[in-house]
Amino acid sequence: MSLVTVQLGQCGNQIGREVFNAICSDVHGTHGLCSKKENESYHDACKERFFIEAESGVPVARAVLVDMEPKVISQTLSIAAKSGYWKYDDHSHFCQKQGSGNNWANGYTVHGPRHKEAIMNLVQKEAEKCDRLGGFFTIMSMAGGTGSGLGAFVTQCLRDAFPSSFILNHVIWPYGTGEVIVQNYNSVLTLSHLYQSSDALLVHENDVIHKVCAQLMHMKQISFKDVNQVIAHQLGSVFQPTYTAEDGLHYSRNPLGDLMETLVPHPEFKMLGLRNIPQMPENSLAYSTFSWPGLIKHLRQMLIANAKMEEGIDWQVQPPRPGSSVPSSRSTNKLLHFNTSIANLVILRGKDTHSADLGSFRDPSLYTSWLNPQDAFSAWKTPRAFNKYEKSASLVSNSQFLLKPLDNVVRKAWNMFASKAYVHQYTKYGIEEEDFLDSFTALEQVISSYTIL
Amino acid sequence: MTQSVVVQVGQCGNQVGCRFWDLALREHAAVNKKGIYDEALSSFFRNVDTRSAGDGPDIYKGKICSLKARALLIDMEEGVVNEILQGPLRDVFDSKQLITDVSGSGNNWAIGHKVYGCQYRENIVEKLRKTAEHCDCLQCFFIIHSMGGGTGSGLGTFVLNLLEDEFPEVYRFVTAVYPSGEDDVITSPYNSVLAMKELNEHADCVLPIENESLFDIVNKIHQMMNSGKLGSTVKPNSLVTSSAGITKAVQEKPFDAMNNIVANLLLNLTSSARFEGSLNMDLNEISMNLVPFPRLHYLVSSLTPLYTLADVNVPSRRLDQMFSDAFSRDHQLIQADPKHSLYLACALLVRGNVQVSDLRRNIERLKPSLHFVSWNQEGWKTGLCSVPPVGHSHSLLALANNTCVKPTFMELRDRFMRLYKKKAHLHHYLQVDGMEQSCFSEAVLSLSDLIEEYNELDATKGGPRADPSRLKIAV
Repeated sequence: MSLVTVQLGQCGNQIGREVFNAICSDVHGTHGLCSKKENESYHDACKERFFIEAESGVPVARAVLVDMEPKVISQTLSIAAKSGYWKYDDHSHFCQKQGSGNNWANGYTVHGPRHKEAIMNLVQKEAEKCDRLGGFFTIMSMAGGTGSGLGAFVTQCLRDAFPSSFILNHVIWPYGTGEVIVQNYNSVLTLSHLYQSSDALLVHENDVIHKVCAQLMHMKQISFKDVNQVIAHQLGSVFQPTYTAEDGLHYSRNPLGDLMETLVPHPEFKMLGLRNIPQMPENSLAYSTFSWPGLIKHLRQMLIANAKMEEGIDWQVQPPRPGSSVPSSRSTNKLLHFNTSIANLVILRGKDTHSADLGSFRDPSLYTSWLNPQDAFSAWKTPRAFNKYEKSASLVSNSQFLLKPLDNVVRKAWNMFASKAYVHQYTKYGIEEEDFLDSFTALEQVISSYTIL
Repeated sequence: MTQSVVVQVGQCGNQVGCRFWDLALREHAAVNKKGIYDEALSSFFRNVDTRSAGDGPDIYKGKICSLKARALLIDMEEGVVNEILQGPLRDVFDSKQLITDVSGSGNNWAIGHKVYGCQYRENIVEKLRKTAEHCDCLQCFFIIHSMGGGTGSGLGTFVLNLLEDEFPEVYRFVTAVYPSGEDDVITSPYNSVLAMKELNEHADCVLPIENESLFDIVNKIHQMMNSGKLGSTVKPNSLVTSSAGITKAVQEKPFDAMNNIVANLLLNLTSSARFEGSLNMDLNEISMNLVPFPRLHYLVSSLTPLYTLADVNVPSRRLDQMFSDAFSRDHQLIQADPKHSLYLACALLVRGNVQVSDLRRNIERLKPSLHFVSWNQEGWKTGLCSVPPVGHSHSLLALANNTCVKPTFMELRDRFMRLYKKKAHLHHYLQVDGMEQSCFSEAVLSLSDLIEEYNELDATKGGPRADPSRLKIAV
């Protein structure tokens, strides 16, 4: 099955390009460390999923590029074409002359309806090129105007036009400060709207990735390209082909379906976080060895202690013991830091994955009580190593990972809203105070649901 | 790509505008080595084939033929505009872009606004429409004028109103040069306050500039250069005041250095809309991020560095200094101290070899020393444009929506009231058709309301900060 990627706005287009780049360089790399046959079927599965074979021999990404401003798209197209390994379709992009100006309302109520037909035509064409459509993967930031406002609108259109297809929205969570001043308004409006039409929201926080670049990748001067490459690597580590069943006979053909089935058991809970391990500079890889028990132990602690990366994990945090109904004050404190999950998915890639024991992730105390722990965890594996890492593990988690970031965004937006600052910029485009209130209400509901897990 | 049109009104507006076009050509010449008419150039210039008769058709692709500024030059005297037409920039304008008269506005806002406004209305609208027709997606009008005189303040704000009526979708950014305390025009407080009412009501953003501040910056650079401390290590083209290497060979005029600063402000403001970058910042993002309430649209600007040293290695210390300087009192383009006032919002427009980590480091470093309004504690907007200004490796334009503009406005009101109480010179205004005394009282009321809005925000500064209680959800 194939996925159609929809890249929206400056951020979405820049990241989308890095994702295809990461996938392509992984497939062409000689680091696979597996049998030739294995490598070939991995290669084929990846190609079917993300690319169209063109007559020229250069694979064409199954993507639609959308922006309201021409500079980023023309840059994206030309950089991709120069790589020589893959390219975008010459006609599968849509741009206008003037951006949305960081105004969600402008993207959602003006640009969206105005360009719906043109954009959906491109999507339709791309979908028709798939023998079997596995769903849509949209990439956007929620801070600006185009990715967030137009992105929310396009997601709604996708839902209407493809009611039975899966839609996964990849959402970039802006830096806490310093990108866009109205980012918290835009985020609240985006998240509340996506929650209605998307199947799941896979979130990357810029602040976290920035720290990964600084502390794990040891970069001194960090550019957006660096940040985007780490994000692309993490996405690749999830969406490159894997065996989803224990028998390991066929590469999964329905990655989005498998992902949703595992991770989104209830429509009230759609926020997915992503962690990976190991993550290090390329030149350190040669001097490092990893064992599955070590990687899995770290990844599990990252999950339960809500650590954003491998460095600085709080090893004191433990899951609550069943039966200890009246915890001492000390353990209450620890319980507060414990990250309760709805469902988790671990993806292992590389040597000897069959020997890796994931039993610790099946521990019922990790999960909320209303779901059967058997259904709450799944593992995908492949012996094919990913992107120069001999062994690597990724975790996609529907848990309280994003509770605090969400609470912060809503709090800051609410503070601003209480003084009515900037609201006139939105009413200008038909988003009224009641619309804001509806969005706040929807997200407070989500916060409350995740809090009481 | 979008286009912008510059409307320069009055002596000051035309002098600043003239410097802008000169430096804009210099900047594009430095970036565009092949002489191809590209999208970046198209934002301020048309490419016209002048060989064909009349107004040649626009050429959208290929070699540069003849560049024409997307501009309208308006003055009610002929002196400055004639000088431009005889100078090295004459080819950038043609007679269809000019509106002049011979008798001037006599430093009287009412003559500029009411008399010339009525008289030239049709003519101005027609020329604006022509200019707009040449644009493929017109995004912004930049109006440049002074506040103290008659033509700039009177007719300039008249044009501002016209633009709102005729092109409601297009942004209106006003660069307004405020008179200093020792202004030689006696009626400048009247003119400025009358013009302020128009700016309050009809502009999307106003960039106030004070001549005194420009003068101080020019002096500062001059002293640095002559003190011998920097001397030959400063790169010749890099001064924010310099005109070196541009089209003209004529002797520099005394105001050129000051006007070049304003011209550079406009270049940096529009750089991210013209050139590529890893974090674009379009013009429409400026008002969206920096204007929390419709009338509070006055943005205090500062440009750093004022010059670049010749050695090519840029230690990050010097990069950080650029950020620190942008917040210091003596780099602001009006007499104001943003550090000791209240920020409503702040934008950093960075050009050149600067990465997001440099931005973040400096925001984190500077934040503790700045006061932000309680509901916008993280009120930072940033843009990264990869093309630096000519002669620089990097540069920064800081735009602050800050209550520090208030003293300038209060002083203006005081000077206005001193004249108005005695009804001094009032008759010169009241004899103009359509000019009532109520125009004066309404104008000063509008200014007072604005000052009051800033006062109310200032009053929240340093007070206890309690988050408003959140929405409650029934569980």
